[in-house]
Amino acid sequence: MLYYIDLAFNGLVFGCTYALMAVGLTLVYGLLRILHIAHAAVYAFGAYVAVIVANDTGSIPLGVTTATAAAALLGMAIYRLVYQPLLDYPPYVPMIASIGLLVFMEDGFRIAFGEQGLTFASNPYPTQLHEFLGLTVNTAQIAIIVAATVCLILLASFITRTRIGVGWRATVSDARIAESFGVDAVKVRYLNFAIGSALAALAGALIGLLNNFVEPTMGFVVSYKALAIIVLGGLGSLRGTLIASLALGLVESYGTIFVGRFLDRDAIAFLFLIAVLLARPQGIGGMKAA
Amino acid sequence: MSAYVTSVLAVIGINVMLAVSLNMITGFCGQFSLGHAAFYGAGAYGAAVLAAADASPPLCLLAEILVAGLLGLIVGFASLRLRHDFLAVTTIGVSFLFVGFVRKQSWLGAEMGISKIPPSGLGPLGNTLLIVACAVATIALSLYVNRSWMGFGFRAVGDDEDTARTVGIPVSNYKLAAFTLGTGIAGLAGGLYAYFTQFIVPDSFGFIVSVALMAMVVIGGSGSTLGVSAAAIILTLLPEMFRFVNEYRLLIFGGLLVVVMRFAPGGLAGVARAILVKARGP
Repeated sequence: MLYYIDLAFNGLVFGCTYALMAVGLTLVYGLLRILHIAHAAVYAFGAYVAVIVANDTGSIPLGVTTATAAAALLGMAIYRLVYQPLLDYPPYVPMIASIGLLVFMEDGFRIAFGEQGLTFASNPYPTQLHEFLGLTVNTAQIAIIVAATVCLILLASFITRTRIGVGWRATVSDARIAESFGVDAVKVRYLNFAIGSALAALAGALIGLLNNFVEPTMGFVVSYKALAIIVLGGLGSLRGTLIASLALGLVESYGTIFVGRFLDRDAIAFLFLIAVLLARPQGIGGMKAA
Repeated sequence: MSAYVTSVLAVIGINVMLAVSLNMITGFCGQFSLGHAAFYGAGAYGAAVLAAADASPPLCLLAEILVAGLLGLIVGFASLRLRHDFLAVTTIGVSFLFVGFVRKQSWLGAEMGISKIPPSGLGPLGNTLLIVACAVATIALSLYVNRSWMGFGFRAVGDDEDTARTVGIPVSNYKLAAFTLGTGIAGLAGGLYAYFTQFIVPDSFGFIVSVALMAMVVIGGSGSTLGVSAAAIILTLLPEMFRFVNEYRLLIFGGLLVVVMRFAPGGLAGVARAILVKARGP
């Protein structure tokens, strides 16, 4: 029994990192209708910055903070240099550019920092164990759950309670009308990329801490999983994305136990995606037919 | 011909078949598929298993077309329910599902793949000539389809599926036809590949291969058979020419994708068309 609760907890931890990744993606999709696959490169970038700064200064919190700030800038640069000039073309053009950017950045990390990946010089978090309701959990796992909860609550209050947040949501639902009401659409897009990328980098840095390992290809599979999540969630729907992230974390966690002999973890995730989409083509949170 | 030239020619032939067949699905019919390598892999694995069971090569290759075409038909049914980005992500899923499935099957060699596939009996040169002949036939078929009534139907579906349906074009049939035809050719390419290398591993059919194929289609100019064929040849030869920078092969590939999309979103065919228009004068 305890074993299954343990699986659920693990699934929840992964679900939280998926959620941090996917929120940025779904906001980009909602705003620009671009499948921003290079988001995964931002995630790996966050992990790299965190590990390098932490090893240089000896402070992991400083590493994680620098990573989120640097990723916010990187996200805005990606929008300005790659996506903005391609907005008028059919959606597959920015998508292919985005895949190219992911391959380019991943290979760049490999060449710059080596194939074997990096580890934190001193990282006590994954080995600090706590007893919690009969479960044994480590500090890194707690940090992931707390960070995801806090960030998503902050984000939710930001987009519902501040003027620019409301403008943001208005732009997502109808850019033209939002603009005629005085919302600065360009500022909203930069903001979107900055916040989304910062959250992705946070997820990357935390996963790096949890595994105590950062490697060039760490974003590769996660990127497609995050895509699967935002599609499951109904493309552009925040609530659907959150539900889908947690559901996918749980399905993977239990799936590897029950059908792990026939399919690997990633295949299970995509089987789940295909099954849900065939039943509900508009995704979990999607309102109108796709 | 040296062994090197024959093997490069064979790889070019296979990539042309794959890119042109993907172009039928994506370029003609507008169904964005990022899972083409899965059908290629299904063909290769099917051929390897059948050949190991002593089936004759022609029978194997024919069976491959059927197996991959049938799988394509199934994925085609998904395209009837899903559109645009939803379909793109679902086909990414198909790609991962195929590799994830094969990796765990001991009768398919799991991670290690299948080696010692019986030879086709044609010899290396014969294999290459067969592959090149199939590639030329694929290009001819694609050009013919594009001119035919079916090609017209594909384009109508690709341009605007709702309008096509309104004017009485059977959209579903055309989508299924495009998927079956395109994936069947991919299956044939997979069978030829299995006979050509006599050794296959799951990673040869992974997602990155699907992306490379889609890159050929987009860089060539989606919808243009000749542009896509040219892109397939160029993108296969480029890594060969840049052997001295082998270490940076993926970096260059990724960078190239970004640069081409950023500065020539219409691909080679778009650039060629622009030059033609300019040459003719205003």
